[in-house]
Amino acid sequence: MPDSVFIYVIIFGTLFGSIGGAAVLVWFERRLLGFWQDRLGPNRVGPFGIGLAFADIIKLFTKEDWVPPFADKFVFIFAPTAIMMAMLLGFAVVPYGPGLYVVDLNIALLFFLGMTSLAVYSVLLGGLASRNKFALLGGLRSAAQMVSYEVFMGLSLMGVVMLSGSFSLVDIVNAQQDVWFVFSQFLGFLVFTIAGIAESHRLPFDLPEAEHELVAGFHTEYSGMKFGMFMVGEYLGVILISSMIATIFFGGWLGPDFLPPIFWFGLKSFLLVCFFVLLRAAIPRPRYDQLMSFGWKIMLPLTLVNLMVTGAVVLWWGY
Amino acid sequence: MTESPLWPLVVYFFAVIALVLIILGLSSLVGPRSTMQRATIEPFESGVVGIGSSQIPISVEFYLIAMFFVIFDLETVYIFAWAVAFFELGLFGYLAISVFILILVVALIYEWKSGALDWGVKKRVGLRE
Repeated sequence: MPDSVFIYVIIFGTLFGSIGGAAVLVWFERRLLGFWQDRLGPNRVGPFGIGLAFADIIKLFTKEDWVPPFADKFVFIFAPTAIMMAMLLGFAVVPYGPGLYVVDLNIALLFFLGMTSLAVYSVLLGGLASRNKFALLGGLRSAAQMVSYEVFMGLSLMGVVMLSGSFSLVDIVNAQQDVWFVFSQFLGFLVFTIAGIAESHRLPFDLPEAEHELVAGFHTEYSGMKFGMFMVGEYLGVILISSMIATIFFGGWLGPDFLPPIFWFGLKSFLLVCFFVLLRAAIPRPRYDQLMSFGWKIMLPLTLVNLMVTGAVVLWWGY
Repeated sequence: MTESPLWPLVVYFFAVIALVLIILGLSSLVGPRSTMQRATIEPFESGVVGIGSSQIPISVEFYLIAMFFVIFDLETVYIFAWAVAFFELGLFGYLAISVFILILVVALIYEWKSGALDWGVKKRVGLRE
């Protein structure tokens, strides 16, 4: 197969693979939640209810494309596309296997952090443009939460960057041949996972859309496919964060030789996605002020300690 | 360091934009048109008729958080640059960044003690003492 055809296959494989993954995850999450909560979950449409993923898509497409007359029209339409584009672009730097990536940037890690930060604009603009009090409160909360957790999300990865000496995700995976970074950087892993959950505002950190107090948060006024894009963006975020944790801390595609590397990458990401769903099933939602002080008063000092200790240990014993 | 060509990223970028535009266009073509009813043009407020503008005054904490974000995120940029050159800089770089992080921690302690990180009812009027 010629090189350029191969790259086009990867590009469109990534694009449709991630969108399809997000659509299936909507069904899979409900199914898994049902399992953990000792009930059936959606099981009617097709085998195991997997047809529900397609039924959802068809339903969202055939709903009215509604822009409220009191909303800021352009920004209202732009906001949901922003989160979807940012999350999809984040997938460009994820290496699925040796040589299997859209692009191997030498600043891949920064690119990923930048793309997840852009999602802030989506929820903030969505909340502002709706001209709705609930949406405004949800958007503000969400923006404050995301920028707070973003500060140490990047910092928590710096231990890994120090050990591997590069921002390139391919180099980071190759630096884990002997030992996964989850063992040498456990604190970093912990902080990054928590920050990742907060960035993709999943439960237990889904305060921006806390149903019992804010209706639906920033997407109160959204319906049809524009709401669907927010939802797809959120699930894309879950998959993206999971695959980044797998790549950075669990050795990415590295694994025993009897199966292809992409299988190991997929398996690790899949288990992490299940872990995200388990969190949703198991942990109650904190109060908003608790969430913010948890971030600034515990996670940020912890990250700085991790940074200094890692530096000191590596300097003392060499590498 | 291996470098792959950059053009796949450009192609991917335009593919993403095209996909998003197709989704938007398709949903506006396929969906039905609205039947205007009495409450269709009102902002949703759980069934209660809304009072006043939606541009309500917001808590000052959000503004503080935004300022802290600018301060701390700028400082992380320097730490990023140090981390990637960690082995080249060695002990000297480590000591230099220690001083830098110390200043960062002092700023954090000041914010903490002055109550800027607390939400809800304020007990703060400047620093204590």
